[in-house]
Amino acid sequence: MREITLSQAVNEALAEEMRRDETVFIIGEDVAEAGTPFKVLSGLVEEFGTDRVVDTPIAEPGFMGLAVGAAMTGTRPVVDLMFGDFIYLIMDQLCNQAAKTHYMSGGKMSAPLVVRTNLGATRRSAAQHSQSLHALVAHIPGLKVALPSSAYEAKGLLKTAIRDNNPVVIFEDKLMYNDKAPVPEEEYLIPFGEAHIKRAGTDVTLIGTSSMVQVCEKAAGNLAAEGISAEVIDPRTIVPLDEAALLASAKKTSRVIVVDEGHQSFGITGEIASRINEKAFYHLDAPVLRMGAMDVPVPFTPVLEDLTVPTPQSVAENARKLVSGEMIHAA
Amino acid sequence: MSSAKTSSNAEDYLRMYRQMVRIRTFEDNANQLYLSAKMPGLTHMYSGEEAVAVGICEALRVTDKITSTHRGHGHCVAKGAEFKEMFCELLGKEEGYCRGKGGSMHIADQSNGNLGANAIVGGSMGIATGSAYTARLLGRDDVTVCFFGDGATAQGLMYEVMNMAALWKLPVIYACENNGYSEYTRTDEIAAGSIIARAEAFGIEAHQVDGQDVLAVNELAQKLVARARKGEGPFFIELMTYRYHGHHVGDINREYYRSKEEEREWKQNRDPIIKFRGWLVAQGVVSEGEIDAMNAEIERDAAAAVEYALNASYPDVSEVDMHVFTDVEHALSQPTA
Ligand SMILES: Cc1ncc(C[n+]2csc(CCOP(=O)(O)OP(=O)(O)O)c2C)c(N)n1
Ligand SMILES: [Mg+2]
Repeated sequence: MREITLSQAVNEALAEEMRRDETVFIIGEDVAEAGTPFKVLSGLVEEFGTDRVVDTPIAEPGFMGLAVGAAMTGTRPVVDLMFGDFIYLIMDQLCNQAAKTHYMSGGKMSAPLVVRTNLGATRRSAAQHSQSLHALVAHIPGLKVALPSSAYEAKGLLKTAIRDNNPVVIFEDKLMYNDKAPVPEEEYLIPFGEAHIKRAGTDVTLIGTSSMVQVCEKAAGNLAAEGISAEVIDPRTIVPLDEAALLASAKKTSRVIVVDEGHQSFGITGEIASRINEKAFYHLDAPVLRMGAMDVPVPFTPVLEDLTVPTPQSVAENARKLVSGEMIHAA
Repeated sequence: MSSAKTSSNAEDYLRMYRQMVRIRTFEDNANQLYLSAKMPGLTHMYSGEEAVAVGICEALRVTDKITSTHRGHGHCVAKGAEFKEMFCELLGKEEGYCRGKGGSMHIADQSNGNLGANAIVGGSMGIATGSAYTARLLGRDDVTVCFFGDGATAQGLMYEVMNMAALWKLPVIYACENNGYSEYTRTDEIAAGSIIARAEAFGIEAHQVDGQDVLAVNELAQKLVARARKGEGPFFIELMTYRYHGHHVGDINREYYRSKEEEREWKQNRDPIIKFRGWLVAQGVVSEGEIDAMNAEIERDAAAAVEYALNASYPDVSEVDMHVFTDVEHALSQPTA
């Protein structure tokens, strides 16, 4: 199968959906001729014109709000939020308006829009351009949240997101834009709420999201060499969450580590760990472990920044402890 | 009062009068529901501002859109909503416009193009602008009117979206209802400089109009809506008006921020309904007797709708997790392992 970058995969998904449905349009800063700072959208304005690839002033709440109204009246905006860190600026329009439109109208109105943004540290961009803030929006009922872990997922999930009649926030890992993965030429969609077992195993389950899927796969490779069989699961969307797949794996291996790049406290890892504790308690041989980003603002200097995110080494280390029984009474 | 057009406008005039009285009557009933503890929560009365919503909405088609505010009953009625569904919504009943899930502050009537009231001050400015973007992108000729208060002009969102609307010539009209107060604070204490100059800074044509004169409002709205429809928008209107009640129905003792004399002056000498009624009779459009009959009929309608809503059923408790997502019937009962 051909291999393309995550960036190309996103570009293809948008082009295909915009050809299929003329109500789809892209709106954000420097999305047209510049094709975004990450060059993800290059070429789209040439095909679709400036009414459908819309360069905005630097006004995130403004164009997010505009997208909500556009979505409520018959179009499907794809909002390009340049950095995930800017999500704080659009919170009112996203969470108070878009997320609640369907519910507050008793099911009569909806806001079918997509916010495409990114997450991920270790790009030496410091605290305001490195955050992974998907837990903030996953907390809000009415929003769906997708976390692609490679070019393949990026394309299939984005196409599904655009067709979804609900507001969807999709976070791409900005360090992965140039990573290649096999992506079929033919059209495909990835349904929401279906986890993907990346690697089967029997001793420990590593649930990884987005950037952390690769980390878990590397950890699993290292563990295999030591005779520990790790299963790696990628939920692909955290809202909806494929609880059934995660629970089945937990019951099979009896040990689970949840790895996510958002801050560890009050985050995705805690939520997933808690659901497993509630629903698979008697199948567990050890507490479910959380591994998120360190609870500090992301530092600039590489020697500090690299300490803040889970690595294949730290995941493998915890897996060894779980399997050996050292973590049963972890403090 | 603006000059009369011709007697062929009689029907339009009477409809405007009727709509203003319907709003006032709706609010009087809503206030009673609150005072008699039959309505959950609080609500913000539109009484006194009727000429604004009616003058503007009478210039709109059903397919045109509006966005509304926390003080939204007037916009809802003016855009064509029915009493029954509105009272049901205020009382949290299943037959309400939003199945009781929105209430007074989120009442919406999508069938008549009302995209909804909004409990975030200024929160609908992006929505209105986006609705206008849809019209332009899909080649529709509908116009969107964004209603908001003087207090909302302090929100940054307004400047962000007016900038975009002006850059892209969107068919949206920003209608600022300046009732002199944002909550318990006078407008001149929270808004520096001129309100219309804010729009003019973006090159948006802006007008100020007497919001108690329904004909003046309607005449201006007719012109601007027609021009917006042709792609000459956006526009901005500042409508000088007054709210008769407190900020909300519970704001009873308010002399610390607003004098009784001031209230009396507006109610006695500038009431949009009394003024228009006097004019209609003087012009011979209608007789006093016909007006009284119309008022009585509206009162009966409202009383019947209130009665209906009081007896209507609440949504089934199983609706609590419905309508969270469009494609999931019950958000909290998805199958697990
Ligand atoms: C973002 C936000 N801040 C504060 C409030 C509380 N609040 C509700 S109405 C209001 C005053 C609004 O004044 P104005 O826009 O002039 O509208 P009016 O009530 O006069 O019609 C305030 C401060 C709110 N609902 N939303
Ligand atoms: Mg006000």
